[in-house]
Amino acid sequence: MATALADTAGPRDLSPGRRALQRLIRRRGAMVGLAVVAFFVALSLLAPYLAPYDPLATSWTAIRKAPTAAHIFGTDELGRDVLSRVIWGTRASLLAGVVSVSIALSLGVPIGMLAGYSRGWIDGVLMRITDAMLAVPFLILAIALAAFLGPSLTNAMIAIGISATPIFIRLARAQVMAVKVEDYVEAAKALGNPHLRIALRHILPNIVAPLLVQATLAIAAAIIAEASLSFLGLGQQPPAPSWGSMLNTAKNYIDNAPWMALWPGLAIFSVVLAFNLLGDGLRDALDPRHR
Amino acid sequence: MFNYFVQRLATIIPTLFFVSILIFGLQQLLPGDPAIILAGEDQDPNVIAYLRGKLHLDEPLPVRYVYWLGGVLQGDLGESLRIQKPVLELILEKLPVTIQLASMAIVIALAIGIPAGIVSAVKKDTAWDYAANIVALWGLSTPNFWLGIMLILLFSVQLGWLPASGYVSPAEDLGANLAAMIMPAFVLGNAIAAVLMRHTRSAMLQVMNADYVRTARAKGLVERVVILRHGLRNALTPVITLGALEFGTLLSGAVLTEQVFTIPGFGKLIIDAVFNRDYLVVQGVVMFTATTYIALNLVADMAYFLVNPRLRG
Repeated sequence: MATALADTAGPRDLSPGRRALQRLIRRRGAMVGLAVVAFFVALSLLAPYLAPYDPLATSWTAIRKAPTAAHIFGTDELGRDVLSRVIWGTRASLLAGVVSVSIALSLGVPIGMLAGYSRGWIDGVLMRITDAMLAVPFLILAIALAAFLGPSLTNAMIAIGISATPIFIRLARAQVMAVKVEDYVEAAKALGNPHLRIALRHILPNIVAPLLVQATLAIAAAIIAEASLSFLGLGQQPPAPSWGSMLNTAKNYIDNAPWMALWPGLAIFSVVLAFNLLGDGLRDALDPRHR
Repeated sequence: MFNYFVQRLATIIPTLFFVSILIFGLQQLLPGDPAIILAGEDQDPNVIAYLRGKLHLDEPLPVRYVYWLGGVLQGDLGESLRIQKPVLELILEKLPVTIQLASMAIVIALAIGIPAGIVSAVKKDTAWDYAANIVALWGLSTPNFWLGIMLILLFSVQLGWLPASGYVSPAEDLGANLAAMIMPAFVLGNAIAAVLMRHTRSAMLQVMNADYVRTARAKGLVERVVILRHGLRNALTPVITLGALEFGTLLSGAVLTEQVFTIPGFGKLIIDAVFNRDYLVVQGVVMFTATTYIALNLVADMAYFLVNPRLRG
């Protein structure tokens, strides 16, 4: 009886963050997603030790060889080991996902908070600019930016980051507008706290959860966007390995070397699915309306 | 209705103004003298001089913007330096192909997304629900250019049922046209089906708990009638409106799909322009896309307003 009481009392003693973590752990899909993300992160960090061959080393005697014990994912049109290129390609994809979303967060959150907190004409102007950016479809804006900036992985990340920014502006603004009418924000104002302190100490910590969920889902979208730009020749430039550029080459050899297309595509699918599962799980764990 | 329309138009005008600044600003991202870069690899002095005059590059930036905007407002999106044709003419030439692809994709998306969403909501927390959710996650996580390549491998290379690429006009040969368009349309519809499925599921879950559905059941109506006539009819309104907003996904997807299947549409136009360094075409296509997107949003809003009596007050 005492144990049962202790068990029921237990969760109430936990902080909201710990309760959310417990809910996240109970979500099988989210945990599978987390494990797959961790796997790919490990792969990207340990690429020099895990890749069996140099991803750039060509071999004229091993052009478009089907999978064998020596090359378990086969080789490409220049005799390079597909497995090694898939492993090294993880770096470009994850880097693009994380850097682009960091750019979007660092631009979008302050602008969104400013709009939501100040309201009035500042909000009006910022929202019209955001609407203008949202009017151009995400990938088309990224393609246009990457085209004008010049094709490279760095420019692709900047282009994707800028294209993803308006979503964070909208989200941060909506959250600030909901939070700033709460009693604790009113109390902080009544105590004479400066606006910047109220925004950073009292509002920001309370809007982190939805931003975290959106960031996780945005990483998935950014990885697909980087792969798309590289597929179109606007991202990572050859011979550096990237899943998107590998697929671009592979489509020309689909009839006689299908393995060249299979593995990089599966890698994109797996990592994007993992981030989507994790994002869905985080949303369910952090947002009571979705439970 | 009229007041709402005027209100919406009032927000669209400043948005379009900022869109024009954003797109005009793209040209400023070019490193160095735009005339030299826009002139391409040949760097013909005559072309450079022509561009300098045409784009008013010797004028201050705000003056150049006013000239450019004046042209856009009169339907002049510039001229392709490679193909020597007005950009608007090029867009209108390619648009029917993309409209056909997009329409077929929407039909496929509706045919998969809405039934999957209904089943998922009605059979909540059963194997059907899980299966529908897996299909949605698959749709959201599969890069469509990879799906396109895999379908070519299966249906063109292995089975030899469908052509791997190319485009035949429907006026020329409807059968060949459909055979060439069905795979790209499926690829494009796949991601939108996932979004529609999620919207339908959540709208159906809300509607199926409403009082009027309980009343319909209490009257002794067959469950199929309750779901289709009382549930779906009410759930579809937000789904269709939200679906209209997927226009952006459709166009972004079309860029990649047309590239994979070598379809000479709107998406291929922008990519070819990027690689030919035909920047005025890129700029024109983006401007056209944004304006169409804003117009479609307005239509979707109006449609929602018209079909939802509560908004009309």
